Amino acid sequence: MSTLRVLVGTRKGAFVLTADGNRSDWTVTGPLFSGWEIYHLKGSPADPNRIFASQSTGWFGQVIQRSDDGGLTWAPAGNNFPYDGVPGTHQWYDGTPHPWEFARVWHLEPSLTDPDVVFAGVEDAALFRSGDGGQTWQELSGLRRHDSGAHWQPGAGGMCLHTVLLHPDDPARMVVAISAAGVFRTEDGGQTWQPSNRGLHSEGIPDSDAEVGHCVHHLARHPSNPDVLYMQKHWDVMRSDNGGQSWEEVSGNLPSDFGFPIEVHPHEPDTVYVVPITSDSEHFYVNVLRDAMSVDSLEPAGVYFGTTGGQVYASADSGDSWSPIVRDLPSVLSIEVQTLP
Amino acid sequence: MTRIVLPAHLRTLAKVRGEVTLEVPDPVTQRSVLDELEDRYPMLKGTIRDQVTKQRRAFVRFFAGEEDLSHQLPDTPLPAEVASGREPLVVVGAMAGG
Repeated sequence: MSTLRVLVGTRKGAFVLTADGNRSDWTVTGPLFSGWEIYHLKGSPADPNRIFASQSTGWFGQVIQRSDDGGLTWAPAGNNFPYDGVPGTHQWYDGTPHPWEFARVWHLEPSLTDPDVVFAGVEDAALFRSGDGGQTWQELSGLRRHDSGAHWQPGAGGMCLHTVLLHPDDPARMVVAISAAGVFRTEDGGQTWQPSNRGLHSEGIPDSDAEVGHCVHHLARHPSNPDVLYMQKHWDVMRSDNGGQSWEEVSGNLPSDFGFPIEVHPHEPDTVYVVPITSDSEHFYVNVLRDAMSVDSLEPAGVYFGTTGGQVYASADSGDSWSPIVRDLPSVLSIEVQTLP
Repeated sequence: MTRIVLPAHLRTLAKVRGEVTLEVPDPVTQRSVLDELEDRYPMLKGTIRDQVTKQRRAFVRFFAGEEDLSHQLPDTPLPAEVASGREPLVVVGAMAGG
């Protein structure tokens, strides 16, 4: 029977939830790295026992942790993220130039095929790659050096590169998303990048159809259909059928088209999960942040999300019914699920 | 022998309990102490000072007794009490939360 491992990053440490394939009895391990913000943990698809974690605080900066035994033991990896060359400036909230400054790693995306390769999306927005299991990091600076880079501005949470989509068949093709610059794609392994925001329409920016400057919250794709991308934007849920070259709104009859996470059903490439919330002035209760939803690959599919109120909810029937599998954790920042043989 | 008191988060990261003691060659300065500390505990690189610029992180301070050494130049000799190990160099993370 399969085993489920749910990796939970929170404001005050990490937790690992495990269960067998029945997904009814969960064991909670943690907190790991207690007191530190764990923005994201993710296991390598090529070696599921290799897990990377982004650990940080405003006091002591960034640490990267790596486990090679499924989260039982951890060791610090490399935490030096130097921008390539003289980084220059981007725009601050008020439009004035602001130096590019590394703040933290928001998202870790391990290679689909090589356990030593992992990508890191960071604030201030840039993409880094490690080819030695996270010991050293090199910026793929073609992204930040795009002609538009000096004009990028932060979203409310900072100017973060929060989403990295790897192509299942071609490692040279990647799609990333930045708040609040938008989507960029590369077809040459990260040397050159093209903005991929055609069709986005954002109220509240001077040019609502601008090539760059949209507040994209998250992206998702199904591996069987890599040209189809889904997006939760600040407002609007969007779909692209051409790998991000253009987008159409698919918000449909959602009660709100505002939200953060978006995920695709593991067996139904056209079934998409979002968490509509009211915004911006009506955030009365809990939120589900952009990296805090994930799916397993069992049949029927499991869907999981964590809240800023410290609950992790799970559905073992593709979302028809839900129950909390743990509660009273610190505020949840990220959820990743591993389905293990 | 130079004694160093680390804040709790960094003791956990470095897997140490209590004070850290280091043999630091003369002259004993902030820079030479931190160089030795990071050599012994490489996981602390970047947590007290920037890895490239060697600038102290904004929310980290250095004390000897009640004396704030944070704004001294990194190559300034530390007080004799610290250099000799009679007093520890205390690394403090800024208090926050209230």
